[in-house]
Formats: sequence, C-alpha cells, structure tokens
Amino acid sequence: MNTRAVIIRITIVITVLVFSARLFSIQIIDDQYKQAAQNNIIHKVIKYPYRGLITDKYGKLLVHNEPVYDLMVIPKEVNHQDSTRICDLLEITNQEYLDSYNKAKRYSIILPSIFYDKLSNEKFASIQDKIVDVSGYTIQPRTTRSYDHKSLANVLGYVGEVTASQLRADTSNYYRSGDYIGITGVEKYYEQDLRGKRGISYQTVDVRGTVIGEFGDGEFDTLPESGNNIQLTIDLELQQYAEKLMEGKTGSVVAIEPKTGEILAFVSAPSYDPNQFSGRDFSENFSKVQLDSLKPLFNRPIQAMYPPGSMFKTIQSLVALKENRVGTKEEIYCEGDLIGDLAPPGEYDITKAITYSSNNFFYKVFRRVIQQGYDENSFIDARIGYERWRSHVLDFGLGDRLGIDLPNENTGSIPDLNVYDRIYGINRWRFSNIYSLSIGQGELLVTPLQMANLGSILANRGYYYTPHVVRAIGNGTSIPQNRNEVGIDPAYFEVVVDGMEKVISIGSGIRAYIPDLPICGKTSTVENPHGEDHSGFMGFAPKDNPEIAIAVYVENAGWGGRAAGSTASLLIEKHIKGHITRPWTEAYVLKGDFADERPTNESD
Amino acid sequence: MRDQLTNRIDWLLIFIYLILVMAGWVNIYAADFDLESTKSIFSLSQSSGRQLLWIVSSIVLIIIIFAIDYRFFESFAYLVYGISILLLVAVLLLGREVAGSTSWFEIGSFKLQPSEFAKIATAIGLSKFFSSASRKVSDNKDLLISSLIFIVPICLIVLQGDTGTALVYTAFVLVLFREGMSPTILMVALGGIAVFILTLLVNQVVLVIGIIVVALIAAGIMARNIRNGLIIGAVAIATIGIVISVDFVLNEVLKPHQQKRVMSLINPNADPLGVGWNVTQSKIAIGSGGFSGKGFLNGTQTKFDFVPEQTTDFIFCTIGEEHGWIGSTIVLILFAVLLIRITVIAERQKSDFVRVYGYSVFAILFFHFAINVAMTIGLFPVVGIPLPFFSYGGSSLWTFTILLFILLKLDSHRMELLQRW
Repeated sequence: MNTRAVIIRITIVITVLVFSARLFSIQIIDDQYKQAAQNNIIHKVIKYPYRGLITDKYGKLLVHNEPVYDLMVIPKEVNHQDSTRICDLLEITNQEYLDSYNKAKRYSIILPSIFYDKLSNEKFASIQDKIVDVSGYTIQPRTTRSYDHKSLANVLGYVGEVTASQLRADTSNYYRSGDYIGITGVEKYYEQDLRGKRGISYQTVDVRGTVIGEFGDGEFDTLPESGNNIQLTIDLELQQYAEKLMEGKTGSVVAIEPKTGEILAFVSAPSYDPNQFSGRDFSENFSKVQLDSLKPLFNRPIQAMYPPGSMFKTIQSLVALKENRVGTKEEIYCEGDLIGDLAPPGEYDITKAITYSSNNFFYKVFRRVIQQGYDENSFIDARIGYERWRSHVLDFGLGDRLGIDLPNENTGSIPDLNVYDRIYGINRWRFSNIYSLSIGQGELLVTPLQMANLGSILANRGYYYTPHVVRAIGNGTSIPQNRNEVGIDPAYFEVVVDGMEKVISIGSGIRAYIPDLPICGKTSTVENPHGEDHSGFMGFAPKDNPEIAIAVYVENAGWGGRAAGSTASLLIEKHIKGHITRPWTEAYVLKGDFADERPTNESD
Repeated sequence: MRDQLTNRIDWLLIFIYLILVMAGWVNIYAADFDLESTKSIFSLSQSSGRQLLWIVSSIVLIIIIFAIDYRFFESFAYLVYGISILLLVAVLLLGREVAGSTSWFEIGSFKLQPSEFAKIATAIGLSKFFSSASRKVSDNKDLLISSLIFIVPICLIVLQGDTGTALVYTAFVLVLFREGMSPTILMVALGGIAVFILTLLVNQVVLVIGIIVVALIAAGIMARNIRNGLIIGAVAIATIGIVISVDFVLNEVLKPHQQKRVMSLINPNADPLGVGWNVTQSKIAIGSGGFSGKGFLNGTQTKFDFVPEQTTDFIFCTIGEEHGWIGSTIVLILFAVLLIRITVIAERQKSDFVRVYGYSVFAILFFHFAINVAMTIGLFPVVGIPLPFFSYGGSSLWTFTILLFILLKLDSHRMELLQRW
C-alpha cells in the first residue's frame, strides 16, 4: 500500500486522539469549567413594558394600568404540608388549591407558573409577609388595565391572555404564553402601538436557582419600552350623555365631526362595564355578558345592518341630479297611487319631497334613473341604469367597509347585478322588480356608522374624511386621513339640505326642532319583519359650517322622528351649546316609552 | 453476471452519513431549544424544522446523483469547474453583501453561496487534471498548474471577504501530498505556521535567540560540509525573517477582527466578553458536560443566544455538554471511520480520476472536521466553517452530500471504469 496513504490515515487517528484527549482534559480532569458552568447559568427575565394609556379628545384619562400581583408557583419546590396555610391566605378551597397546583404542574415542574392571578393591592399587602417563607411560591408584580369610566367599552375593547391559536399564528414570535394582548376595539386595532417593547434582563443564577447578580453588568440587557399613549377623538362628556340617553334601549349612536372625520361619540346599546373584563372574575363576567340576549358584545354601530329607509332619499335625490334625470327645481305631480305614501298628493320638487318624505316622488325619480332608455329592451336598459346608479351609491361609502380604525367592521350591502340575476334570472328583472330600493327598503343594508358618515357627506356638501376614533399616537403624531370625494356637484347638495332643514322645522323631525339652532336631518322608520319598527335619524348641524353629523338608531322604537330624532337633537344641542334647553325632550327620551299612539302631524 | 447497484454501493459510508446527519438534526433542535416556548422539532420556526427540509432535499440530490451517468463527472469536469469560477467572479460583481462578505447570490428569498459549490467543482477539476497518466506532481510545471486549480478560487473567495471558506481550499494540498508532492514543501509550510504561532506565544527577542541557538546546535551536529551549513544558515535567517514579519502581518495585513481572533486563541481570558467569548462559553459548555453529559435537552450553557453560531459553527458544544466525553468521542470516532473509509475507497480505485477525487473529498471533510472541532475546544482560532453533516445550513449540507455521493456513485462503477481502460 501507498505509504502516503498510511501517513494520512495515521494523521486522522492522531487528530481524533488529540481531540479526545483534549476533551478528556476539559470534561473530566479539569474542574474549572464545571464550576464556571455552575456560576454561569443565565436566566432570561422578561421585563414587561407599560401598556400605553388611552385618553379622550381633551386628554381625560380613559384607560390606565393598575398594579396587580400574580402568585407564582414552582411545583417542584412545593411542600404540600403548607396547603392549608395557602388555602387560608387566599381563601380558596382545597379542591381549588389542587386544581391550580395540577395545572401548574402540567405546564412545568421546574418553571414558575401562575397559581393565583391578579391579587389586588390590598390583598397583596395582607398576605405578603405570610407568603414569603412558604417554599415554592413567589409574587410577581404585573399590571392590568383599569378603566376610569364605565363608558365606551365597545370602542376601547379589552385585553386578555393570548390564546394558543394566536401564539401559533404569531410569526414574529413576540408573544409568550400568559402574555396579554388586545382582544377587541382600540386595544386590538392599535395593539402594536400600545404594547410597547418587552425588555430582557440576563441574570446569573447558581444551580439552585438563586440569583447571583446581573450578567455581564447588564451589558446584554434591553430595557422595556413603554407603549405609546393613544388620544381618542371621542368627547367623553358627549359620549357619557349619549350613553345616558341610550340607557335601557337597544341601538346605536354615532356622532362625527364632518370637517375631520373624527368620531365624537360612539354608542352601542346595551353595553357593559369594561372593568368587568379586567379583574379576577373575567371568565365569569365574560360568559354572563356573552349570554345576554341583547348582545352587549355586538358592536352595533359598525356591525348591525339595517335597511336605510327614508334617509336613503337624500342619496336618491343626489344620484338622480348627477344623472340629470331630474332638475333641482323640477316639480313632479304625484297622485300618491304608485306606492303606499303618507305624503299627500300634489306637486313635489326635491326639497319638498324630502321635507314630506314623499314615497311616490322617489318612486318616479328612481324609475327615471333605472330606465334611462339606453336600450330598447327594458330589461337590458334596467341593467345599464342599475349599474350607473349603483356606482354612484358606492361613492357614498356604502356597500363596503369605511375603514374605521376598529376591528370587525361590517360592509353593509348594495346588491350587484348578480344578486338580482339570481333572484329573477338574467334579463328577467327591471325597475318594477326593484322599486322598493327607491325608498331605501328592499335588499339595501347599511351600518349606523355609514349613515353618520352620510350625515358628514351632506354636511360637507360632497366629501368625507374616513371616520376614525384615534386622533394621535404617542407624542401628538396625528394620523393623516383620506379626503374621499363623492363626485357630485355641491350645488345639488343645497336643494337636498334645504329639504333636510324643513324636515326638522315643519316635517317628521319636528321633535328635534331647536329655534336658534338650524338642524338638518332625515328620519327613517326602518321596517322590521320581526317586530316593532326601528327608529332612525341621520342629520347634521348647524346648517352652515356644520360641527356635528349624527346617526341614531333605536331598535323597536317605532317612528324615526321620535326616539332617534329626539335623541339626536339633544346630542347636537349638547355638543354645540354645551347645555340642554328642552328638559321635556330629555325627559321624554330618558323615559324611553316611544310606542304610544301616532300623532297625526308626524309622518315618515 | 447480475450486477445490482445495491451490491456495489458502499453501505458503511451511507450508514455513517445517515447517523451523522440525524445526530446533527437532533442536536440542532437541542441547541435551539427554549424551555419557555417548547416547540416541536418539526416546527419551521425552529432551525431543526428547516434543517429537516434540507435533509429531505439532500436525499433528493442523492437520487439525482445516482441517476446521472457516471461518466458525466469526468467528461464535463472542466466545464463544471469553469462555470464555478465564472460564478465566483459573478458573485463578486453582483452578489449581496452579508456581514462584510460578498459571497451570496440572492434570487428572491433563495440564497446561494457559490463558494460552497465551488468546492465540488474544484475537486472534480483537480481530479480531471490528474486523470491523464502523464501528469505528475513531481513535475514542477504540473505541480504549478494543479496548484493553480485551487489557488484561483482561493483568491476569488478571499476577495469576497470570506477568509474562512478560502482557508478550506488549502486542504487540497493534502491531495497533492498523496499524489507524491515533495514532503519538504509541506514541512516548510507547516514549519512556517509553527513559527508563526510561536511568535505569538513567545517574546520576539527570546525567540530570535532561541532560533540562533537551535541553528548553532544543528550546525554542530549536521554541518559536515559547507552545503549543509549554508542550508541551516538560510533556514535560520528565513525563520528569523518570519518571526519579524509576523508582527507586520498581524498589524498590517490581518483585519482587526482576525487579529482579535488570533490573539484570543493565545489568551482567551484577555477579552472574555469580546472575541474570546465564544471560545470561553464553548469550553465551559463542553467542560460542564463531564463524562456522560447532562442529557438530551438538559444543557444549560448552550440554551441562550450568546453564542451566535449555536446551531451552526458551534454545534459541537451541544454534543459536548449534553452527551459528555462519551458522546463527543463517539462522534469523533464516527468521523474517523468515515474519513478512513473514504481513503480506503479512494485507494481501491483503478481510475486516477476517481482516486484523486476521493482524496479531494477526504481533504475537504477532514479539514472542516479538524478545524471546526479544534476551534470549539480552543485549539485553533475561531474560523467560521461548519462541522460537516452536523451544522445547521442548507448550502453546507448540500455540498457535503454531493461531494460524498458523487464518490459513492463513481465507486459503484469502479469495475466498469476498469473495463474501459
């Protein structure tokens, strides 16, 4: 055999022998490395950052952090002879003790896990001294969310322990079991801003787990960074007044500042006290709230969908004007025989038709829009007209999410051609099949937020800023908002707005009338196949340089002019004047009994 | 004669390959293991999960290699070599800079390191050169040309800033040694390195005096004629030259991070939290393993992210800590068996091409193995090269797999190669 090959093989063997001998020396003979290792077990200690605070528009604190204490247990170090002592201190039964202990043991026998969470400050103070010398138990300070007011639960949302499925979905590997995460509302939508950044401190511990000191003098540590504070657009005072007015009712209030898109008030009624979801009794309270038949967790302003009803006549007018199917002053004679109507027969122009909510006028106008005569075949003609109509309606922010900065917004629905093709067959439908859309009924669905935004569009005469609840994050960096154009001549808006003003002064919204405050609005009585109709109102004020646009829905409260109109007018007055001049209207709304007989001067 | 492929394959080598790869996979999981968020060994957020993808794709590569005609490798050797040199040039011009080295191509999210695959091409190119019977290492011209075959990639890779990988190519000297290169050249090279290291360890003046003393003693014993005396004198003067130039090399030629790595070898405690950190932590981890180790996943030293190359270059620490002296020695023995087996396979070839290729594979694997282990146990400066089959990473696993299995493929055809010539 080649001698060089032999030399090479010998080299391999020698190399391995040298390595093995060296390993023998450092692993078996030399003790210094074992000692170094014992002094060199490094524990990562997570330092939790403070979650950002949330304030209202004027800086009033809405959410802050409260210190709580978690009692941690290391199962391996527990001596069960201490169990009665622990049970007495925490006032828990032996069974609860065992349940908590076994749960911790299942997670890990050597790592600490929560034995009893969220001890209050007082409770902590009372047991602190007694618990320190019980082996296996330690106290870990932490913060929990605390809500300064009972208001605004559906905007703020709440935080909760991160779930197993969220942990799996977390590709950034940020969250760990036991971490808190925003579950709904602003807490969820702005989670990334609010949560801050966790810090890590490296501590040297000996084999028994006793902390010897900061590792490397803290050179590798990272400090926790507090989350950013968030300033909402909500005016707490107006919000609280709105919540008071909605007490005992089911429905929504959304008030928007038209020139910015800032949401001033956002009520989903009934709601819940956000503090219920931050304490020890979270699960108990949560299931109670969740099982409530009136669904307090259902965020009505952005999730409930209703047909728009008569409010939609404002859009019908503008689309018809845009399509040149009606003139601004054109009068149309209405017999009142085409569709059920409360408005008397006579000559109507747009302003008058809106004032008296003439169904027949809008029936005729909508027919002109749908059947424009583009095609000899009236079915094909209806398709073309409908498509044009629909594209204008979508420009009002309907049929899709507006993009509010809250999770789970619903789209509403403006049906496309396919919907009718499915119902009637392709080229088997025309105006006569879809005429109920003319008065905002039929297959249309909108959210209260979309209607408040309609108020904004009318107030601005043709554009809106995307409605939002957060004004600024951190040090006043305000969030730029899109200006969305509807694409309709502002001059067309004036005839509609004139009509809306008269709705309040002489029409169905008379209850909302305030002599020195020109409110423009439109009432809706939303047909409800399941019971009493819903009462709806959409409007803005003052007529010139509007400061507030508003939509109110009160479920099963009948006529739009009453519950919703009265509530809206009180909120408008509160916002603009700062006080209420009509205590009787306030008393009427607070009493909440709207289902009495119909006065003859109220029509819809 | 029914000559089945399964009868012609060297199963011992495949067996060791599989053991090493699987052991590597399990240890990568252990090195990445975090008590606070225990994830599955298959989880793609873990290195181990991704390594499994590399292992599976390596098996696909093996199947492809066995599907290729065995004559391909020799026939297209220079073409493959030429393409790899072009790629090395291209990466210099077009590559992406990562951590100071321009050695990666980035195509979408897929990253490719030509210097890894050039190892295979260089091995094939060098083998092709010696496949002609007229080529002899003892011929100075052939020696020069054959050396250029691996010196060209070395230069290109040094230009990329990846000195560690470039160093691997010096392993081809071992191939030349087997092919008959004068041992004097090897001796001179090794002697130079020894003097270099001595220079770092010992005071320069003391060393110069020592060299003169050694030279005088040598002259007294061996200088029976003037020629020997002259040689000894020349060697002594050259050595002193090296000693003096080391200072220059250290301060002027090596980059600051390389200087620190060399210095930390000599005295790791000088800067325990800086460059010596990896070596110190590595030794503590291995040393605390004791005789039989702390057990799988029970390591305490290799679980934190202080050693940045925990799953790659320093994977041997995890073996040392969790499986102790016994486990580490078993791994060392497995490597020894693998390497010796490769030389056995190389020696049994009748074809010069395959023999030289076999020794090329041996040289690359041996160099990686020896330098990597020596580095983790503090016998060599920190050079960022992976432990074959163990370290996490697709490029390196693919390269080692392809290298080894081309040899197995060629070996399985050794009888046909014999018939051809």
